[in-house]
Amino acid sequence: MPAEMLLLLVSPLAGGLALALVGHRPRAAEVNAAFSTTTFAAAAALVTRVVADGPFDAFHRQFFVDPLNVFLVALTAFVGMTTALFSRPYMRVERQHGRVSDGGMRLYHSMYQTFTFTMLLVLTTNNLGIMWVAMEAATLTTVLLVALYRTHASLEAAWKYFILCGVGIAQALLGTILVYFASEKILGAGTGALLWTQLDSVKGRLEPGIISIAFVFLLVGYGTKVGLVPLHNWLPDAHAEGPTPVSAVLSGLLLNVALYALIRFKVITDGALDRPFASHLLIGFGLLSVAVAALFLSRQRDVKRMFAYSSIEHMGLITFAFGLGGPVASFAGLLHMTMHSLTKSAIFFAVGHATQKAGTQFMADIRGLIRLSPTVGWGLTLGTVAILGLPPFGVFASEFLILTQAIAQAPWAAPILLASLGISFAAIFGKVQPMVFGEASVARLPHRPALLPVFAHLLLVLMFGLYMPPYLAGWYRQAAALIG
Amino acid sequence: MLQHYGPQLVNLLAAVMLLLAFAMLAQRRIMSLINLFAAQGFTLFLSTILVASLTGQAHLYGSALLTLALKVLALPWILHRLIRRLNVKWDVETLLNIPTTMLFGIVLVILAFNLASPLSLLAGTVTKSTLGIALACVLLSFLMMITRSKAVPQVIGFLAMENGLFFAATGAVYGMPMVIEFGIALDVLVAMLILGIFFFQIRERFDSLDTRHLERLKDQ
Repeated sequence: MPAEMLLLLVSPLAGGLALALVGHRPRAAEVNAAFSTTTFAAAAALVTRVVADGPFDAFHRQFFVDPLNVFLVALTAFVGMTTALFSRPYMRVERQHGRVSDGGMRLYHSMYQTFTFTMLLVLTTNNLGIMWVAMEAATLTTVLLVALYRTHASLEAAWKYFILCGVGIAQALLGTILVYFASEKILGAGTGALLWTQLDSVKGRLEPGIISIAFVFLLVGYGTKVGLVPLHNWLPDAHAEGPTPVSAVLSGLLLNVALYALIRFKVITDGALDRPFASHLLIGFGLLSVAVAALFLSRQRDVKRMFAYSSIEHMGLITFAFGLGGPVASFAGLLHMTMHSLTKSAIFFAVGHATQKAGTQFMADIRGLIRLSPTVGWGLTLGTVAILGLPPFGVFASEFLILTQAIAQAPWAAPILLASLGISFAAIFGKVQPMVFGEASVARLPHRPALLPVFAHLLLVLMFGLYMPPYLAGWYRQAAALIG
Repeated sequence: MLQHYGPQLVNLLAAVMLLLAFAMLAQRRIMSLINLFAAQGFTLFLSTILVASLTGQAHLYGSALLTLALKVLALPWILHRLIRRLNVKWDVETLLNIPTTMLFGIVLVILAFNLASPLSLLAGTVTKSTLGIALACVLLSFLMMITRSKAVPQVIGFLAMENGLFFAATGAVYGMPMVIEFGIALDVLVAMLILGIFFFQIRERFDSLDTRHLERLKDQ
């Protein structure tokens, strides 16, 4: 196994173990950030290797890396690192406010690293069974984090999260068993029949009847984790009630990773069936999520809940793009995945500081951020402008591409998309604007907020909107070609 | 002898699995529910052993032992300990309308058989006729999770669903590769431990394990 790959997986795992012992110490937040930075360095090295040498597999083909997953590995490691940097002052303030105990801090730091590990395992494993195991483990590591404050609401959110995602993921296991059922006829029993690269090479010979049933179960299962409507019920609660760094990684990373699993199975399903079965399902679920989330947005009063619904909307948009398929739509889907991940985590960082200052998550009680804390105010404003898809930010570019593809391939869907985007624009902008401007209602914090991550993310999103370096574009194109 | 009666015996055990799934659906006492769950695990263990000896698939013995260790011994033991510590040993749940639930259950079984029939035609295993029952067990556990309002029975429903899934894997493909089965077992065990912690947190906050307390979060 190449050293970068080993480091990528060992660093968060070792971090999880080490912080389980010392996670409550005053310096634990720095240790946490150091482990996440190491992971990101390993991911960067892995990217250079893949760009130079092309896709490769490792450890008896149990792991593999191609342009599609290495791009998500890089994104996951990057946001993992910036979130660790953000959580350093954020969690310290929470500790001082007495919302988290020493044991809670230890749990938080340890689970943060373990969660990163499970996501990277989902992304790099070649074995679809291990993928399921790691995805379930990702739920388990975050359940206790959502319940970290032990309030009524957070316990309820965590319970819902556990039960709904547990049931969902059980459907995905059934789907995985069925895929194995189809592939073991061709590849023979044993681990080989679950390797994605193996399945990909024989996908044309898989039994279509079994694969189509399997895909339905997988869509319901992993779709629950993506937050597709009508399987999305856990998502707003878990995002609103957990600590803000956890909301940021759930929204920015976990949803992507679950969607990645779904895309891998879509490729197999498309190969096995001669009709666009998977595409139609993805288009339907995607469109439904966009429309329903847009309608729910205007009813929200809790700021984190509102942005959680916005995540459902964007995941729906990405799912829709992958459903359309073709080089441009898949390219746009991947780009939107990146843009949403960077922008949404930046927004959560800004929202986290804003709610700490105001002492509440209710939007009606947060007023005049820009007066007392211009950086937080501007961070939130720019993030909101970016996520709403205004130029010159990158979200505009990806949404524009998805819309043009919708008009070209599924003209009937374009009005629904446009209307939903319009409704969510009005809802979010109308609620964020008075939070930022207007009379101040917020207090100063004892700590300086960590706003470097916010502006770093927004700068990247801006860069993608104005200028996309040719090698990045080439990389996205390669990844899109893998999805088809 | 075994070769002759084996497949029929597998079908018999499958029927017992289904019966136990229905029994769990209608059981009101938490203690009895855990025992039923353990019995279902034991039936799964027996049927896996039987399939292993019929087909000579060595890794199925491993899978059977895993089932025995986890589903028959470890999980029921943890559950028993939990309910003793939580003092809910004699809890009786008021279940709404058991006959209606049973009728729903029968509809689900028919649905499962319909779904499984094209699949079992494609399966080359001696156990292919059990696939429908396995799917029915999964759906019945799902129904049980929906109809229960207390935390512990919901979790038992979740675990019973895992039983059904293992049964489906044995029926369709003689079990998943061993690595995966270990991974799944590990996840289930960790889930159980986390839930244990979680039960105490819920109880500490609400003085009860009734999940009807957990229905406050709504969209305004």
